[in-house]
Amino acid sequence: MSFVPTSNAFKENAAGALKDVPLQEALGIARHHSIQTRLNTVAKMPEFESLRDIGRDLKNHIIANLDHYLLQFEQSVIDRGGKVHWCPDGESARAKVLEICRTVNAKTVTKGKTMIGEEIGINDFLFANGIEPVETDLGEYIIQLRGETPSHIIGPALHVTKAQVEETFRAAHTDLDPKRNLDDAATLMAEAREKLRAGFLKADVGITGANFLIADEGATTIVTNEGNGDLTQTLPRIHIVLASIEKVVPSLKDAMTLLRILARSATGQEQSVYTTFSSGPRRPSDLDGPEEFHVVLIDNGRSAYLGSDLEEMLRCIRCGACLDHCPVYHSVGGHAYGWVYSGPIGSLLTPMLVGVENAKPLPNASTLCGRCESVCPVRIPIPKLLRNWREREFSRAITPQTERSGLWFWAFMAKRPLLYRLVTRIGARALFNLAGQHGRLSSAPLASGWTKHRDLPATQGRTFQEQWKAKKGARS
Amino acid sequence: MTSQPGTAQLNPQGPFKAGANVALFVTCLVDLFRPSVGFAAVKLLEEAGCRVSVPDAQTCCGQPAYNSGDRKTAVDIAKQTIAAFEAFDFVVAPSGSCGGMIKHHYPQLLAEDAVWGPRAEGLAARTYELTQFLAEQCGKTDFGARLSGNCTYHDSCSSLREMKVKAAPRDLLKQVAGLTLTEMEETDACCGFGGTFCIKFPDVSNSMAARKVATIDATGADLLLAGDLGCLMNLAGKMKRDGSRVQVRHVAEVLAGMTDEPAIGEERNS
Ligand code: SF4
Repeated sequence: MSFVPTSNAFKENAAGALKDVPLQEALGIARHHSIQTRLNTVAKMPEFESLRDIGRDLKNHIIANLDHYLLQFEQSVIDRGGKVHWCPDGESARAKVLEICRTVNAKTVTKGKTMIGEEIGINDFLFANGIEPVETDLGEYIIQLRGETPSHIIGPALHVTKAQVEETFRAAHTDLDPKRNLDDAATLMAEAREKLRAGFLKADVGITGANFLIADEGATTIVTNEGNGDLTQTLPRIHIVLASIEKVVPSLKDAMTLLRILARSATGQEQSVYTTFSSGPRRPSDLDGPEEFHVVLIDNGRSAYLGSDLEEMLRCIRCGACLDHCPVYHSVGGHAYGWVYSGPIGSLLTPMLVGVENAKPLPNASTLCGRCESVCPVRIPIPKLLRNWREREFSRAITPQTERSGLWFWAFMAKRPLLYRLVTRIGARALFNLAGQHGRLSSAPLASGWTKHRDLPATQGRTFQEQWKAKKGARS
Repeated sequence: MTSQPGTAQLNPQGPFKAGANVALFVTCLVDLFRPSVGFAAVKLLEEAGCRVSVPDAQTCCGQPAYNSGDRKTAVDIAKQTIAAFEAFDFVVAPSGSCGGMIKHHYPQLLAEDAVWGPRAEGLAARTYELTQFLAEQCGKTDFGARLSGNCTYHDSCSSLREMKVKAAPRDLLKQVAGLTLTEMEETDACCGFGGTFCIKFPDVSNSMAARKVATIDATGADLLLAGDLGCLMNLAGKMKRDGSRVQVRHVAEVLAGMTDEPAIGEERNS
């Protein structure tokens, strides 16, 4: 496990996030931007909805035949002179990366953005072992300087305002002329690039993630908008690809299909600026490329969910659209979720990866509004899967006792219509009288969760059923 | 009023005909908090040519249990509701949320059950949200209501995404004399209610409600309408706490011309 999850403190984390003024500003900007850009691109593509069906079916087919495609992928990589390392968990994956780095006495590794790298905590581990990891993705670089974790799957520094980036650069880049104007995105980018280019040249090993592993070609692919991935994987002597098992696709054509919905869902682009394929080490005729090519293939608990009621979460292609459209995410941002993945998909993945007992609130921290499902490019039924986690929590008595008792009491009545009528009749009168002329209550017994921020509208005195009975009696 | 249920068995998914036996699923919130919405629904359905019944054995659709992971209780309540309603031609709820539960989640809950699965499917096929039923099944949008003002309409998440209700309430509101409708931004964003969510995560819920209220205020409307009492109580509670003058009502009250009762959370004047 990379860092200790604080997901069980979601409520406290969220309370802090709600009071964090710069964070709220950053979230507001991101929300407007991401929703609109996706809408614009999707509007230009009439076949988008049917592509989502195709994406869903393709991923379902892959998941049903995962062993086949992974073995095919391994063989293809070997045929091209590369190596595949099967790692059941984060620990074995970290050890394998270190072992490879040690073969060339690596002092520095450059890194492209990789969520699985975050998942297994590769940076801290390398650092602890005397190897300096240098992030080359602008967002990752910013949060690395700030000592933070990503707050969004594709926009790791989404929570940082431009003013904060400038502050961070001025603090870290000690040679930076204080008079240099850094107040727009382009100059910030240029400033980062100068520093990053130096890192590319001295690195012995480049580590990237992969958006897809292409089984028949033995190739891996990443998409970026900065081109940093290309340099990370071609300049150093060794290229290590970190990838989780569900990233495999049968063919290049399938990768292209998914890329079409990925880019549009992720950033609202028709295509990312750079789509880079890597296949094996440099051949004699190649102009550049690494001497060694390793794929570290990581399960980390995923295969245990194959064939389960949660299997569909393995379709995820990490586009981030569910985060971009989630009202809870819009309120609290990514860090409140307390681990690597956030938003709706984070609430599904985190319980799988760190144990549901370490992420109890996450499946519950959703209104099940379904906006995530309505944009997910591979049509993952996120609300249904969140509910499935809740069912697991309930059956394992993880659900808090007060909630269980409340539910039990409510269910006891809801299953007895006559008793229910009686209790609601009493309740309707009590709330009516309590509110009096005022028509609403600013506090009420057992309703502090409700009345903390809102009033409770009063009843109208008698229940519908009671009045209906009276009317019917009068009419007949 | 007398009702003669039973034609459903002969013509389970037939089109609407005048005199159809319609069962009102009152919903637990309307029953307890705002019966006037139930009476407005009855009035609208009767004017549209339905024979309305209110089955005795209904309580709640079971969502609190279902969404809390208590599947067994949800199944028990689903069966109780199916038994109480399946003899009618149609089931109509003044709520997309409860309607969605019956229409989409009951069949899923009971999919493995050889007896109850098909019964759940049968009921689901005949279940509608109120405005959708009036506009699309009964084919009636003009109920002769009048109300002067400027309203905005909040789509509840389950109405919009589970029941696919979008045009119906707007088509109906267009016929209300004197009333204009100004749409808010991000009509597809949740108001932060989410059933027990708003009690379990009050701070997050409040932030969601605040964003929704800001988009409502930006329309300049003096009346907020929606088809789900959960959202309405959440938003009215928030708006009244913050001192808003916008009135909050269920769409059925306006359509039925029954706006004598104070709006939701509003002071009583008598
Ligand atoms: S769950 Fe769907 S929307 Fe969310 S990141 Fe994965 S693919 Fe994208």
